[in-house]
Amino acid sequence: MSALRITWRKSLNFVMLTLTGVAAFAVVSVLFLILGYLIWNGGASLSWKFFTQLPKPVGETGGGMANAIVGSLKLLFLAAVMGLPVGLLAGVYLAEFGGKTFSFIVRYTTDLLNGVPSIVIGIFAYSLAVLPVKHFSALAGGVALGIMVIPITVRSTEEFLRAVPGNMREAAMALGASRWKTIATVVLPAASGGILTGMLLALARVAGETAPLLFTAFGNRFWSQGWGQPIASLPVMIYTYAVAPYDDWHRQAWAAGLVLLGLVLLSNLGARFILARSKVV
Amino acid sequence: MSAAATTLAHEVPPQAGPRAFLHRLRQGDQIAHLLTLTFAAVILLLTSMLVYELWINSHLSRTQFGWAFFWTKVWDPNFDNFGAAPFIYGTLVTSAVALLLAVPLGLASAIFLSELAPRKVSDSISFLIDLLAAVPSVIYGLLGIFIVVPLMRTTLGPLLINTVGNVPYIGVLFRGPNYGVGFLTAGIVLAIMVVPFIISVSREVLLTVPREQREAAMALGATRWESTWQVVVPWARTGIMGSVFLALARALGETMAVTMVIGNAAAIKASLLAPGDTIASTIANQFTEATGDLYLSSLIELGLVLFLITFILNGLARILIVATERGGGRPA
Repeated sequence: MSALRITWRKSLNFVMLTLTGVAAFAVVSVLFLILGYLIWNGGASLSWKFFTQLPKPVGETGGGMANAIVGSLKLLFLAAVMGLPVGLLAGVYLAEFGGKTFSFIVRYTTDLLNGVPSIVIGIFAYSLAVLPVKHFSALAGGVALGIMVIPITVRSTEEFLRAVPGNMREAAMALGASRWKTIATVVLPAASGGILTGMLLALARVAGETAPLLFTAFGNRFWSQGWGQPIASLPVMIYTYAVAPYDDWHRQAWAAGLVLLGLVLLSNLGARFILARSKVV
Repeated sequence: MSAAATTLAHEVPPQAGPRAFLHRLRQGDQIAHLLTLTFAAVILLLTSMLVYELWINSHLSRTQFGWAFFWTKVWDPNFDNFGAAPFIYGTLVTSAVALLLAVPLGLASAIFLSELAPRKVSDSISFLIDLLAAVPSVIYGLLGIFIVVPLMRTTLGPLLINTVGNVPYIGVLFRGPNYGVGFLTAGIVLAIMVVPFIISVSREVLLTVPREQREAAMALGATRWESTWQVVVPWARTGIMGSVFLALARALGETMAVTMVIGNAAAIKASLLAPGDTIASTIANQFTEATGDLYLSSLIELGLVLFLITFILNGLARILIVATERGGGRPA
């Protein structure tokens, strides 16, 4: 009886532990499946034309997504210009100046903003930047992505500033440096690797965002005519092409997916590389 | 350390008055303080504006339909009659399917990573799982359309209809025409998308469980699994719940992947194989086509509903995670 029970407990132990391992490897294999499918399907349709040509009119095969690649970069630029400074300075406030109650409120609100579904951010950017002027624009898309960049930058900036040892601050101030001089010349440089990593990760995250662009930046089959006009972006192109009924568009969607995923994963790897190298400080 | 710095800056004797203020201003401290404070306040301003805009722009719909918006089953742009019930239903069903699949998978993986795998292996697998979390939602949608949907249409769907579909009671969930797109497909894709979040948060929480707890259980003769399942997991249960709430909040708000595989139909159907729509997918699909102020206003009210749900869930999740990390998750 008791020997049987021990055998039962031991086999249960073995089975369950094995299952946890199977689960972990199953999840990881999804990443390789995704990569494999994209390289297999996208690699075949990827060509020089994809990077240099405009989309062809409906019905014609060929063409590329040059405008969407440039569009995505432009949108990222806008997001960086609008979101990163706010995130950086608010992060400095939380780490270096913040009091108790106000900091708590800011921190909580930041987390809240981080959790807002991207489609809702899209509605917000729409009412801020599209409704008043009555047309879609690259600027509105930049606003949407910029808002999404802020919370991620704030939290990573604060975290890495807090990791700077207190005696570095004290040493600078003992030498007569004022508070902001200490922050600007000692603390920020010491944490710069981490802060940069955070910014890069924030941009990598919004680079793949589609939902907030659908009704802000909209989309464009040609080169954009300026910041105030609709603009194409890779994620929106992937969506439009994937749900369209044309085989040639599907091939292009795979290629665009491969380019986008490559961009996102490489910046993630790059961010980690910067972080690993700057840990020495 | 920063406490010491704070006192340094603020310990100017009060009688020094305006001169000291000018002095500090010239040194830049006050300017820097004010400047960073302003940008911190920008975040509060942005968030309040977000709520305000959603509230104001949904005014038409709110006054027209009132609370009935939540249980009206009709969504008919042609007759300006809007109700959110089908989308609330779709959102809840897809998220429930996602959690049903993702929680066991995620928890098992987290247990493997925190309890079994050597630290090095655990760290590198966690790194890969973080990368999985970074994959954009539209890419999941792309794979969903071209891989999961055909699989559902040709293999998994018929299989479910012919087996589980004949079981009394739960069979209702797997009957009717099978198009490949629908609640179940969306739930599966969502599950894959939220699993990384469950794993990384649960792993962190499990790693905070004191070593003594495991040792005590094993010293009493428990097997590895018994110590994990009866001691470690209960200890961390509040934090694990937090990770589930976080995953739920993501699943509810997820847009692109769901929009691409759910089939887009404003209908409440018992079958999981039927096409439907979620709050987020409806907004994504119809926002640019919304002609008429009431139509747009109703879509924005959907956005408001989604915002409120995720707002509450995120708050709960944070409280739970913080509670466990402070050691509040002790089993009774």
